[in-house]
Amino acid sequence: MALVLNEDQALIKDTAREFCASKAPVAQLRKLRDDQDPLGYSSDTWQQMAELGWAGIVIPEAHGGTEFGWMALGAVLEEQGRHLTASPLFSTVVLGAGALLLGGSDSQHSDLLPKIAAGELTLALALEESPHHNPFGSALSAKQEGDGWVLKGDKQFVFDGHSADQLLVAARTNGKSGDRDGLSLFLVAADAAGVTRTRSAMVDSRNAANIEFGSVRVQTNALVGAVGRAADVLEPLLDRARICMAAEMLGTMDEAFARTLAYLRERKQFGVVIGSFQGLKHRAADMFTEIELARSTVLDALSALDANRDDVPLLAALAKAKAGEALHTVSLEALQMHGGVGMTDEFDVGLFLKRARVQEQAFGGRAFQRDRYATLARF
Amino acid sequence: MKLAFTSEEEAFRDEVRAFFDASLTDELREAGRLMTSVYSDKEVALAWQKILLDKGWLVPSWPREYGGTGWTLTQRYIFACERARARPPALSPMGLSMLGPALLGRGTQAQKDHYLPRILSGEDFWCQGYSEPQAGSDLAGLQCQAIRDGDHYVLHGTKIWTTHAQFANRMFCLVRTGRFERPQQGVSFLLVDMEDPGVRCDPIRFVSGCATQCTVYFDNVRVPVSEIVGEENEGWSVTKYLLEFERGGGAAAPGLLEAIGHARMLLELLPEADRSGPARRLDDLQVQVHSLELTELRTLSETERTGSPGPASSLLKIQGSELSQAISEVAVELIGLHGMPFQPEAYALGNNVSAVGPEDGVTTVPFYLNNRAASIYAGSNEIQRNIISKAVLGL
Repeated sequence: MALVLNEDQALIKDTAREFCASKAPVAQLRKLRDDQDPLGYSSDTWQQMAELGWAGIVIPEAHGGTEFGWMALGAVLEEQGRHLTASPLFSTVVLGAGALLLGGSDSQHSDLLPKIAAGELTLALALEESPHHNPFGSALSAKQEGDGWVLKGDKQFVFDGHSADQLLVAARTNGKSGDRDGLSLFLVAADAAGVTRTRSAMVDSRNAANIEFGSVRVQTNALVGAVGRAADVLEPLLDRARICMAAEMLGTMDEAFARTLAYLRERKQFGVVIGSFQGLKHRAADMFTEIELARSTVLDALSALDANRDDVPLLAALAKAKAGEALHTVSLEALQMHGGVGMTDEFDVGLFLKRARVQEQAFGGRAFQRDRYATLARF
Repeated sequence: MKLAFTSEEEAFRDEVRAFFDASLTDELREAGRLMTSVYSDKEVALAWQKILLDKGWLVPSWPREYGGTGWTLTQRYIFACERARARPPALSPMGLSMLGPALLGRGTQAQKDHYLPRILSGEDFWCQGYSEPQAGSDLAGLQCQAIRDGDHYVLHGTKIWTTHAQFANRMFCLVRTGRFERPQQGVSFLLVDMEDPGVRCDPIRFVSGCATQCTVYFDNVRVPVSEIVGEENEGWSVTKYLLEFERGGGAAAPGLLEAIGHARMLLELLPEADRSGPARRLDDLQVQVHSLELTELRTLSETERTGSPGPASSLLKIQGSELSQAISEVAVELIGLHGMPFQPEAYALGNNVSAVGPEDGVTTVPFYLNNRAASIYAGSNEIQRNIISKAVLGL
């Protein structure tokens, strides 16, 4: 049971906190947004993150990774969530490297993992085709032609899809949308003929794209995992994504709360700081409680990943459900307690609210996670 | 919650489960099943206490030299889960979980040597004298007076909501020994003999019909000065230390999970078309209980490191009590009118009465009614929120 960070993990967390505060803070996100930066993150900063070992954090040493593990990755993501850090870490490491580790061939491992670890290759997962998370909803088709496959269809809300070098595309090789069987996962170069990427500026300035695949040809070796069996990769991959997103959300709620507390201590009305009012104190106590509960679920879920425990799916649903609930409350209360200035773009608290809404939806909202938890808990 | 247990831990779980199976007599099982609050009757509680003492498992968290088990965190957690599953009667917590830890932390060697064995054996049955008619949430406003007279304190005043005072031979209580600017100063922590002729107990009948709590009157009660825990006028710090144990550091979640399972069984009393709403609420509650469980485990490991659960224990108290209330709320809705007959004879121990409605449901409503106190006792949840905002958040 690892409900606390060990010394190494705590050190990584401290480093990440300092790094994000100085090199990738909220101000950087604002600037990227206001400049309409085409990349949406700083490639210099990303290189420095790779040098710190973050890009290879769950990649085996044999493939150039640091192998610090999921608790360490969660700690880094928490700090990124705290600072609303713009980086391709989640897409490239959690989803990209994650999918390759789960389903990739030996040659995919030896070709791609070292490049990911070095920060030379970015990836994105092209999964969703509708406004709500639907793990097996893909209708985008892949048909065998000659010695390869042809992909046809559209993907939406692909995080970092506008800039990733390669796309992991969930495609249907059999059956229909919603079927667990008949999905296959392909690795597609983002600049392949027939790929059209349209960047969609998300409300929280998170990087995403809608991507059209108009008869895109790939070779057989582009398959990640077995034909028709992508669900075997996607299920554990999405559990990891839920846990890691919950870790990121933990940082976001912790920071939104810390800023709110600071405001409660400094803002004066009626001649006193507003934090002296019981009507606000009790709500602050409730936020603290929610955050601590969410923290416990995130830590246990991350340690379950490191220990390869069989309750990972249940804990993934739990952590994402609880983090979603806590973050929802905290982000709303943070804005409310800031009063009028909270409504302005100039104050950061609104950025946290918007980030929260995107995080909540990603990989399944609260109702999705609650139902999944209930289903898993019954077995 | 599922944990990946080692084979030693699995063997331990089997051992605990086998112990509960073998040692819970039919009478004890019935007493556990028919509980209408967090307390069991004195005789039942002591009978179960004796069995645990003989096994060496009565006070797992105490130091080994005083009867602790030296279990790991995981073993203690396994024990709590198995206990929730077996539903034994409740132990009386006042000596075992409150005064015991307080004496271990703040008592003199003589007090430890004298009282701890008597707590374990049940020779002393303790009650807790904190609240007064005019000092509830504002506990520091307590007025019960202890005036020094030679080698004794002489007590005058009233305590209220004192659980099982009518059965206790000893009370640990807070009294005023001095007046200072801060009301928390001048409070002392005293150990009182309930058999003193100046002590009178009046049981208080609650909304449920049960009378578990009392009003206790002190009239010229003489207490030797050696019966003070901590320094004179410094009893508040002893209390704070003790309350952190009362509020947290425990394991409420396994029992709450059992309660959810129990409520789920009542779903079939509803027409099928009406089940999805309450079922979802139970699913939601299970997510909360699981989150609480992991937080309890995290707090336990903090307590092992630092010795005290700290002010964060307030959040466990808030969550544990509010979730318990929310679950029993759903249970009452599910049992419907079957739960509404007032039939205390049906949940009296050793009764031969056949209950109106399902046998399992006779305690649903009395438990629900008594459990409304969960957010009031041990420092109301409003007070817990005050503690968090002040002690943790610095507001």
